[in-house]
Amino acid sequence: MLTKRIIPCLDIKDGRTVKGVNFENIRDAGDPIELGALYAAQGADELVFLDITATNERRKTLSELVTRIARHINIPFTVGGGISSVEDVSVLLNAGADKVSVNTAAFRNPQLLNDLSREFGSQCIVLAIDTRFEDGDWFVYLNGGRVKTDIRTTDWATEAVERGAGEILLTSMNNDGTKQGFALDITGRLSQSLNVPIIASGGAGTMEHFADVFEKAQADAALAASIFHYKEMEIPDLKNYLYQRGIQIRF
Amino acid sequence: MKTAILKYNAGNIRSVLFALDRLGVEATVTDDPEELRSADKVIFPGVGEASTAMNYLKERRLDELIKDLKQPVLGICLGMQLLCKHSEENDTECMGIFDLPVKKFQSPVKNLLKIPQIGWNNIAGLHSTLFEHVPENSYMYFVHSYYVALGPDTTAIANYIINYSAALHKDNFYAVQFHPEKSADAGQQLLDSFLKL
Repeated sequence: MLTKRIIPCLDIKDGRTVKGVNFENIRDAGDPIELGALYAAQGADELVFLDITATNERRKTLSELVTRIARHINIPFTVGGGISSVEDVSVLLNAGADKVSVNTAAFRNPQLLNDLSREFGSQCIVLAIDTRFEDGDWFVYLNGGRVKTDIRTTDWATEAVERGAGEILLTSMNNDGTKQGFALDITGRLSQSLNVPIIASGGAGTMEHFADVFEKAQADAALAASIFHYKEMEIPDLKNYLYQRGIQIRF
Repeated sequence: MKTAILKYNAGNIRSVLFALDRLGVEATVTDDPEELRSADKVIFPGVGEASTAMNYLKERRLDELIKDLKQPVLGICLGMQLLCKHSEENDTECMGIFDLPVKKFQSPVKNLLKIPQIGWNNIAGLHSTLFEHVPENSYMYFVHSYYVALGPDTTAIANYIINYSAALHKDNFYAVQFHPEKSADAGQQLLDSFLKL
């Protein structure tokens, strides 16, 4: 059976792992390669490295860092942040990344998704969406959550999949950093309406939150950062809990 | 020992190199016929689309070269599919070393099972020297929309929607649908066994 995936996310700024609360107040949380290797050894199913400063500062992603990560880590990892062209993706995949995630640039230029999936295959193209619930629906935000759009998340996700996105990494800005649980409604809506895996992100605080997003929202994977970085939750304990709950998980 | 990784227009060569490096093996990435023929082991990786990859190989006559190799060859993911007879992916004639069809996953109920299959799945019915040190039901990392049907050469079975070939073996040809280079310790163990054949 295919298992649900637990994905620690390492937000990278200036080569260090950081984690913002509600996308603000960044604190240092350690060396990304050290952390990544630790998580892999603990049973993380995949890793995501997001260069959170990239879009805003127009910085190209960290291909050297990617290579160092790839050398040390024997599980798949995704790299995102500031990716806006086929050339950007080519550099990162050649540096050793397994997948890339695109966000703002794909929204501004949706053809990018067609181009990337044709060039590299959908399986390595993750579309990241930052979303906030307001005025009765979930809307897409850009530039690391700083720019609001009037496009509904369900509409953008549907179009993105048609254009070739192979997975959706959905971060609820309402939930992110709150530790009150994942956004079950929008995660469930996307999971039921789309034929690609949905990675739920934002709000993980307890082990039950992970069980809920898998059982109630049919998420294929769940991503979290600070609870792992600050050792509030250990991956083996989480996996053991999910296994006891009858959720398919890899040991 | 000389290990060669076939260089062609399909991805993930770098991660295979890194995985071999972690096992202390230095490999050459090459499309030079002499280098490939003289290598002790040949790895045929692949992520991408079947017809594009097959056309690329044919234009350079690499398909003929692969078929004639006598040393242990390991096909990975798309590499495995291209060693089969025919792929439904853009109706592609493949190399036919394994007389098996490559088909597309069809979800029985809309969106119930996502395609591609992305993630960790267990493999069972293991019976090839490659799995000597890999426990039954080990989890491996898969990323694929097309699968190889079961057949006499099947040496590992995975289930996603249906049972299909997670691994094949015939003569000097070995193939795995999953990515051993990304499958943590179990995958590393398999690569190590291949290198020691």
